[in-house]
Amino acid sequence: MELEAAKMIGAGLAAIALAGAGVGIGLIFGNYLSGAMRNPSAAAKQFPNLLLGFALAEATGLFGLVVALIILFAF
Amino acid sequence: MALNPMHQFEVYSIGPEINLGGINLSFTNASLFMAISAILILSLLFFGTKKKSLIPSKIQLITEMSYTFIAKMINDTAGSSAKAFFPFVFTLFMFVLFCNMVGMLPYSFTVTSQIIVTFMLAAMIFIGVTIIGFVKHGIKYLELFVPKGVPLVLLPLIIIIEIISYLARPVSLSVRLFANMLAGHTMLKVFGGFVISLGLLGGWLPLSFSVALTGLEILIAFLQAYVFAILTCIYLNDALNLHH
Repeated sequence: MELEAAKMIGAGLAAIALAGAGVGIGLIFGNYLSGAMRNPSAAAKQFPNLLLGFALAEATGLFGLVVALIILFAF
Repeated sequence: MALNPMHQFEVYSIGPEINLGGINLSFTNASLFMAISAILILSLLFFGTKKKSLIPSKIQLITEMSYTFIAKMINDTAGSSAKAFFPFVFTLFMFVLFCNMVGMLPYSFTVTSQIIVTFMLAAMIFIGVTIIGFVKHGIKYLELFVPKGVPLVLLPLIIIIEIISYLARPVSLSVRLFANMLAGHTMLKVFGGFVISLGLLGGWLPLSFSVALTGLEILIAFLQAYVFAILTCIYLNDALNLHH
């Protein structure tokens, strides 16, 4: 296989990491909503934690994107 | 090529080329936008605290809100002993926030989308926190790598994992901010390219998407600054209050 083609395939494979980030963000917001529905008075207090969890989960997916960019542009 | 979505991250020098001992010290567009962010922060804080009235004006309100926001965050995550590090965390938060927000303006440059900028910030935090930990606890700071209540058999493995995760802190801290900014701005430009290539008939759909994405990016810009600051507080908490 040519190197250029292999690079493209590798970069595409690295983007699969975003699937995990999608699952993580969905879990965080889903669990926050179900928790907030059960106990609305405690919901506002946990909002910063929600944002923190969202940002942390999203970042792990973006690490995959960085790997893809390294494969495409750095080698 | 103007349509390349990566074109926006290009660093080029403005004005004369300055070389000092083989190091290129020219004034680049990155330094220009860093200076703009710094001037914006300084003017916000200067004009916000100039006229101290009991009923605050809008600019004074913003200044007071940012102060209490960070003060509360440090108090909640790192305890009252971290009060001394308020200026550092506040500067960090404001710098990252303003760099992100200035980068959201069209035709501007996002300083935090350069890995070297975020890595320098993260490395500074990492080295500083390690020094603080060793100064405060001496050699006992190494207890950080030994969690309490772990069976003796597992301990060698756990210590190695803890050390690796400690050393990975600056990498994950910097890559998180850098990757978010890079991905977000690339996505905005890709959708902007769709608007042009689909033309007057089909371009409205990506245009409306682009508007929504800009809103999301402003949220992310704030959120990443917040996460950067709160993780600094968490690391400070590890260094100041061992095993709490």
